[in-house]
Amino acid sequence: MPGFGSAEDVFRREAVRIVASLTAATGDLELAQDAVQEAFVVAMSKWPANGVPINPAGWIATTAKRRAIDQLRRDQRRSEKLLLIAALEREPPNVESHQDEILGLIFACCHPALNIESRVALTLRTVCGLSTAQIAAAFLVSESTMAKRLVRTRTRIRLTGIGYDRPAPERLSARLPAVLAVVYLMYTEGHTAAQGPELTCEAMADEAIRLGGLLEALMPGEPEIMGLSALMRLNHARRNARSEDGNLVLLADQDRSRWDATEIDAAVGLVHRAARIGGVGSYWLQAAIAVEHCIAPTPQATDWAAVVRLYDRLVDVTGSPVAAMNRAIAIAERDGPEHGRAVLEPLRPLLDDYLYFHATDAELARRCREWSIAAAAYRRALALAQNESQREFLVERTSSLATRTS
Amino acid sequence: MIVRLVTVPFVVRAVEGLEVAVEYALLIWKKWDDAHDLSREVFAKYGEFGEAANEAGILRGGTALRPAIATTTVRVRDEEVLLSDGPYLESKEHLSGFYVVDCDSLDDAAEWAARIPDATTGAVEVCPLMTLD
Repeated sequence: MPGFGSAEDVFRREAVRIVASLTAATGDLELAQDAVQEAFVVAMSKWPANGVPINPAGWIATTAKRRAIDQLRRDQRRSEKLLLIAALEREPPNVESHQDEILGLIFACCHPALNIESRVALTLRTVCGLSTAQIAAAFLVSESTMAKRLVRTRTRIRLTGIGYDRPAPERLSARLPAVLAVVYLMYTEGHTAAQGPELTCEAMADEAIRLGGLLEALMPGEPEIMGLSALMRLNHARRNARSEDGNLVLLADQDRSRWDATEIDAAVGLVHRAARIGGVGSYWLQAAIAVEHCIAPTPQATDWAAVVRLYDRLVDVTGSPVAAMNRAIAIAERDGPEHGRAVLEPLRPLLDDYLYFHATDAELARRCREWSIAAAAYRRALALAQNESQREFLVERTSSLATRTS
Repeated sequence: MIVRLVTVPFVVRAVEGLEVAVEYALLIWKKWDDAHDLSREVFAKYGEFGEAANEAGILRGGTALRPAIATTTVRVRDEEVLLSDGPYLESKEHLSGFYVVDCDSLDDAAEWAARIPDATTGAVEVCPLMTLD
């Protein structure tokens, strides 16, 4: 069947347009999503026999519209259904340009009035087109639990009066952080599976990057979207060097020839373009820091002074203790481990439950030849590890210390 | 004098074309303190809010409640009427008043809620009213 091998991909790419336009027309995401899903099922049963239509997306859109109208007719309770049916029948199933509807749908799924896990799950389902089963696996819950969660979230959107319109210009900047938080969490969840034995969960990270690209296209020239996209892509470019046989490899020890140079170049370009536009925010700053790492041919060649300056601004903008911790590491690189430790210590009460704080503490103590302090800190970090790769790495570090202290 | 909560009637969602207006109750939660009355300042700020909401055409009603010292909780269990001293929830915050507004979306309602004076120290719940579907 020509052009049919990637029917899944066709569906996922096109589905969001059709879902978005149907949602905008009916104000009901659940209705739209069910209609499109049904249209796809019909397509999968008819196209193998009858051949793929000349305009597959148009076919899906028309069929979905019919399904939505049928569903509305069947629904006893809806007082405004006649109005909705009339509006749907009037509107031609145009799938060409639905930028505003897609953007509105993204903003609705990412509304700050929804809790973050619900936002991520619904966005993965609605915008990225992942199946409920795939999302359940990513969140380590059963499929039925995830299905219920998605229904609850859509219901909440409907009942609270979260609209599907693209937010008005004056509201856009206030609403954007909530969207970016979803994309970022999607990426970081994909980056480190907190409980599993493997270090990465590719699908979610890939979706996050794709979503970043989609947002760039829908809202061009937004520096924080560009910053976040660049940050994810720079991180993604290093994925093949990050683990060896399932073991964690630190940035300083990574084989830089395994970094994706093309992706790095593209991301660096993005960071520079965003800087020219202005409006530097926390994502851009993190991306700029990642750039410094990615353009250094060796760890020793890293411009640590520039990194420290960027962290100064990042800590200023976010007040984040984790950013302050990373700044301490950069200061250790620039000025020596004692200076790093001096900056790190005041953060202890804030980060005592954070694995990476103790790992950092241990590493800097080790560089200062404080073996027993380092060993104690590695033990503390090990107690906080939630991931096989992290555990193995820390155990390895602890035992390399043991040879020193004995 | 005890102020009785006015029950707001069920409303049918207005549908003009496909625009839907939803009524929300904005329930104001305020940190408990010993004051028995609104200070002049706070009273004035609420007055400003009410005027602004009215001018924008979104205000449908609302009032302030006397502080929690004046609240009595009524329960009926096994046909017995039980009264207790104070609000239902034991907390530092108590319900101090409400508005009913008519807005196009949660974003609109939330924006108005954010302008309520006690939003800065307490909280405002934004509750869509039940509708006849």
